Amino acid sequence: MSHPPLAAEFTANRSRAHWHDKALWFVREKRDRMANSVPEWEQLREHASAIKMHTVSQLPLYLEQFERNALALGVHVHWAETAEDHNRIVLEILQRHSVKRIVKSKSMLTEECHLNPFLEKNGIEVVDTDLGERIVQLRNEPPSHIVLPAIHIRKEEVGECFHEHLGTEKGASDPAYLTEAARGHLRQKFCQADAGITGVNFAIAETGGIVVCTNEGNADLGVSLPKVHIACMGIEKLIPRVSDLAVFLRLLARSATGQPITTYSSHFHGPRPGCELHVVLVDDGRSGIIQSSEFRRSLSCIRCGACMNTCPVYRRSGGHSYESTVPGPIGSILAPLKDSEKHSSLPFACSLCGSCTDVCPVKIDLHHQLLAMRGLLGQRRLIATSKKLSMKFVAGIMKRTWLFNLLGKFARLSLRVLPRFAIYHRFNPWGRQRELPEAPAKSFRQMYADRKSTASNPGDKSK
Amino acid sequence: MKVALFIPCYVDQFYPNVGMATVAVLEHFGVEHEFPLSQTCCGQPMANSGCMPEAKPLAERFVEVFDGFDYIVAPSGSCVSMVRHHYEEYFDHNDTRSRKVRENTLELSEFLTRVLGVTTVFGSFPHQVGIHQSCHGLRELRLASSSEVMKKRDDLLKTLLGNLDGIRFSQLARKDECCGFGGTFAVAEEAVSCMMGDDRVNDHVQAGTEVLTAGDMSCLMHLEGIIRRQKRKIRVMHFAEILAEAVNVPSTARR
Amino acid sequence: MSSASKNSAAREAILRRVRAALPQSTPLPELPASGPWQTFEDPTTRFREVLESVGGLMVRVPDVGAADAWLRDFEPWKKSATRLTVIPGLGDSTLDLNSIDDPHALEHVGFAVLKGHFGVAENAAVWVTDADVRHRVLYFIPQHMALAIPASQIVNNMHEAYGRIQVGGYPFSGFISGPSKTADIEQSLVIGAHGARSLVVFLIEEW
Repeated sequence: MSHPPLAAEFTANRSRAHWHDKALWFVREKRDRMANSVPEWEQLREHASAIKMHTVSQLPLYLEQFERNALALGVHVHWAETAEDHNRIVLEILQRHSVKRIVKSKSMLTEECHLNPFLEKNGIEVVDTDLGERIVQLRNEPPSHIVLPAIHIRKEEVGECFHEHLGTEKGASDPAYLTEAARGHLRQKFCQADAGITGVNFAIAETGGIVVCTNEGNADLGVSLPKVHIACMGIEKLIPRVSDLAVFLRLLARSATGQPITTYSSHFHGPRPGCELHVVLVDDGRSGIIQSSEFRRSLSCIRCGACMNTCPVYRRSGGHSYESTVPGPIGSILAPLKDSEKHSSLPFACSLCGSCTDVCPVKIDLHHQLLAMRGLLGQRRLIATSKKLSMKFVAGIMKRTWLFNLLGKFARLSLRVLPRFAIYHRFNPWGRQRELPEAPAKSFRQMYADRKSTASNPGDKSK
Repeated sequence: MKVALFIPCYVDQFYPNVGMATVAVLEHFGVEHEFPLSQTCCGQPMANSGCMPEAKPLAERFVEVFDGFDYIVAPSGSCVSMVRHHYEEYFDHNDTRSRKVRENTLELSEFLTRVLGVTTVFGSFPHQVGIHQSCHGLRELRLASSSEVMKKRDDLLKTLLGNLDGIRFSQLARKDECCGFGGTFAVAEEAVSCMMGDDRVNDHVQAGTEVLTAGDMSCLMHLEGIIRRQKRKIRVMHFAEILAEAVNVPSTARR
Repeated sequence: MSSASKNSAAREAILRRVRAALPQSTPLPELPASGPWQTFEDPTTRFREVLESVGGLMVRVPDVGAADAWLRDFEPWKKSATRLTVIPGLGDSTLDLNSIDDPHALEHVGFAVLKGHFGVAENAAVWVTDADVRHRVLYFIPQHMALAIPASQIVNNMHEAYGRIQVGGYPFSGFISGPSKTADIEQSLVIGAHGARSLVVFLIEEW
């Protein structure tokens, strides 16, 4: 399905769509207050952007440096060209250790690779340990937001879900009570797990280490008990230096949730004694994006979700309306880069307001990329024929002033004389909830000409 | 100073009074102007629909039509942004003629404040005005501070309107959220577009807006469409119309 | 193909593709530890305010003895049957950390008193490393936690923080800011997600 019908479905329940919009706007406002508390905020964004641009321009160097340093720390480094390779590599590690149960913290990369169903098919129990992710996992649906996976679900629905799966009291919906129940349930899972999988927020070339940020402590708990830690990352997560972390950690949580920093910012530089740490470096199309001058900057994304929180369309249409692992503005670039045919409606699920570009902590020119993506879809003939034809038609008119004048006059006249039913009908989506403009008798150019001719005397104020 | 009026195609056809108000405001500040008759559309609808090949001849035409003027002034941030920020891809990098046209195409409030140096307008407009910050004026042309960016900029609309006698401004819950027009978005994503517009209108209703204004008629066309359908008591005016009306009324502050 | 040779083939393929069309190199910004970054007139006060805003508690005491006295009167400490400290004279331990080989044995720790190296005023983060505990899980598994740092060790911001640490020197190190938390259910903040339900940071003047 394309975005508009799914969005229409979401907005049809107006009070729920408003509730969703307000929840995210609340996060956006928290972000504003946090950004405002840092005088050098805009400078940090500049630095973050420059670091990312620099890194991608020398990525082979930094990847090799990272690998060298990681190997020296006793980390196993794996390279995966595709999502399938990534999944196979993870499975092989798990099978080598006879792993039956894993706990996993949030990783958009593993979502992108559809790791969970793959491992489950191979007989491994996968438990997502981030509370929001656990909720959507139990409900058997994908996350609707990259930072707030269950933002679309009401507490009563979480209550029902937990009643069914965790045996909480029927009808209970108090977030504190439900969180406590999840804590107890997931503690068991943490203690039983044979391996922990995490994503990676930043990988430091200079040291060969990785940084993982969470508020719940689930990533850390998940990898500090079992003997195997597998960290999965896209190759764009590299940063050159430790000192770069200062910039990114100052921006990340403030942009994401309006916190000064995440509760836990953990730096992993090698395995625990007698244990193993694996890092899987995944390409899965990223090297292709690097080659594109127009879309390269989308790889700067640090997955804070701020563009979703601020997007007036995302807030009102919900994450699932995008039908892609990463929804919202950044997802509407990344998804068509992966499969432009399947996701061809996403770059148009945008009013080009530019709020995403202004909120982005790494200064990705999101709305310009969305516009460029529309052009790319046009080149690939993935724009609806009706739209393409009507644009050709209108452009044809606009190339001829006389025709423009004539048809303009005709349109104004039609609006003035036609009965309402001839204008407002089901083929006029503009008129479903809106009036068309009141058509004037004369165009501007007529009025301007009239005025010039009547006022062309010495009293003319236009001198 | 040779100034050309660039009156966006839909303003020409559907909002001639906004064009005439622009003329009146320019004349109030003693600006000589011309309206090149062969102008039509800047090509933004095509470009925003991903039909760049269809937009290109219109961009070329635009440069043809407006070449030779010192300034090209339009009462629309969105169309100006199209010319200034998005024409680059249609022309050779070394094409100085198109560069000059691009760089000298200004939105009305920009022209008044930055070229003419207007800091105060004397006049009277005793109403509560709700400013809708049109996105392209705000986040492309930077005609005010956007709430996302932690950098203070002058708010050009407030500069121009702020000194009018009796004017009051609405305090909105969301001071610069998009209205949901977005060109073909308004039709392609009708449901979200109208919900966004409805939310903006409600914010203004809550704030007590009597006159809703903006720098872009396209946003106002969408919002007015909702206001009229819902029979709300809000008057919709382009800021040029407010200025033209205000300077015609004798101001007590006028010396 | 063995997995080792598959791995090196993938490595070569990825690096080759990335090299294929690299953009022109752009400079890496200089990030001095004392750059144009935010500082505070009274970093300790800022640290306290931010820590409280993220659900933690700062307790400034003249010495370890005073911290110990404060702790013994602290409800979560009094209620914890299993307690652990790595700081002599600050609380006591009900189990011997050095005799524990499997971190799973720490599952039921109610309260742990651990060492922090310094705090960051701008975000109330405290720097911890696994050099100070035998099992790093101790930073995450206790029901309640206290971190003790010398009162003089509060830096202004993250740039100063990274300027003074050797991140690569520890298999595990990190920043902890406040107790564990989540807002995943309708954006309602709940303290105590998977890690500590409460966090006290002792600022000890004479240590």
